[in-house]
Amino acid sequence: MRYAYYPGCSLEASAEEYDISTRRVLNRLGVELSEIADWTCCGASAVEPVSRLLTLALPARNLALAERDAAGLDMLVPCSACYLNHLRVSRECAADRTLPGRINEALGAEGLSYAGKIRVRHLLDVLAKDIGPEAVAAQVSHRLEGLVVAPYYGCQALRPFALFDDPEHPRSMDALISALGATVLGWDMGGRCCGASLMATRRDVALVSVAAILEAAAGADVIVTVCPMCQMNLEAYQSQAHHANTISVLYLPQLLGLAFGLSDGQTLLDKNLAVTDALKSKLRACEAARI
Amino acid sequence: MKKNTHPLISFTPETHQHAVDGGLAAIQGMVRACMQCGTCTASCPNAFAMDLAPRQMWRLLLFGLQQEVLESRTFWLCSSCYSCTLRCPRGLPLTAAMAALKRLAGAEGDHANRKKALFYQEFMRNVEQNGRVQEMGFMCHYFLAMRDPLLPLEYTPLGLKLLGKGKLHLGGSAQRGRLGPLFAKVRSMEGAS
Repeated sequence: MRYAYYPGCSLEASAEEYDISTRRVLNRLGVELSEIADWTCCGASAVEPVSRLLTLALPARNLALAERDAAGLDMLVPCSACYLNHLRVSRECAADRTLPGRINEALGAEGLSYAGKIRVRHLLDVLAKDIGPEAVAAQVSHRLEGLVVAPYYGCQALRPFALFDDPEHPRSMDALISALGATVLGWDMGGRCCGASLMATRRDVALVSVAAILEAAAGADVIVTVCPMCQMNLEAYQSQAHHANTISVLYLPQLLGLAFGLSDGQTLLDKNLAVTDALKSKLRACEAARI
Repeated sequence: MKKNTHPLISFTPETHQHAVDGGLAAIQGMVRACMQCGTCTASCPNAFAMDLAPRQMWRLLLFGLQQEVLESRTFWLCSSCYSCTLRCPRGLPLTAAMAALKRLAGAEGDHANRKKALFYQEFMRNVEQNGRVQEMGFMCHYFLAMRDPLLPLEYTPLGLKLLGKGKLHLGGSAQRGRLGPLFAKVRSMEGAS
């Protein structure tokens, strides 16, 4: 299995543990990633409030590069905001026939053109559908028995385009988490918004969402995320959300990596902002019990 | 005779020429089929903090009451979760309409609106310069643009946490200037349309 890889800006900075653990886990699963050389920012959630055309042209630039340099491969994106930005280019082009011409006129400034052939895939989609829980289970050396995991999906991997999961009742992480030997927390906050960039512009409002999510996850040992913004909002503002007991928050591929026997260092566990000693000792216990 | 200070509500508002992709008329077009069911309001995780419920705002928008809409904080509170877009029984692109209102308010709104748009504009300025966004540089410029000495203090706890994790660093510069031509082209195309 091979994919064109678009890490996105966060994965080079505040979410480097997401990038490294994604690469290591996919490598273990026999997936080859071919990073798009010279990729640029997709505009994140800031571009749409600034320019309508740029909202499509920025991700289209990366899609054009991938079509040119990695023809025939799907583009794998771990960040949900990057995923949606790239995904909607083809969706909007299909709905408005004047758009491909305008996008390509803009891309012409750099001699690029976008044909609309490339498929955009979220990391979770690839893990759940292309690789699947059986292949994941086959790599597990440290079964995470007794670990209760709250799967947090956030928004933009699920909505508005419901391509690989039920956007109202997301379940795609359940089988992956079970494949690790862990227990899935039954909750209904997996698709609840974390507040996203309101954490910067209206923190008081975003904290209400974060508090509600953290409270609902109280029965879990760890929350797992598939988006750097969700991760940051859930891990960095726990005390400001008046959440009394710290709850650990990991990226999904970090949890996979730990069950695959990767070390804390290999999964960059020390980079996360919320990892409790209780989680660490549970992980040590899983390690000691390994068969 | 008492002078009526309120403009008459028109159900067929005039279409104005606006600098921002069709302005109000284009946004009205996005929500024209709204049947006022309120599913958007009920689905919105941030509705509790809004002055106008999303359903009410779409109605005012269709009445052509641009000033009332732009004076509202409602669209600035959209966190792009797409719950309303997913559930709208009319299939309306409500999240996109919220973003279009942010664009309109940033371009044609009053001082307060323009200030709220700075977060997004500073982010995009950083992207234009660096190709890949440089988180720390962006936040520094955002603080400067907001001219609020207390704002950086709100970020001190986070900044210290990230510093402790070795996550505060200047990013690479390999893509610096890469997006200049694309931004310039888009600017000229949007200015001409």
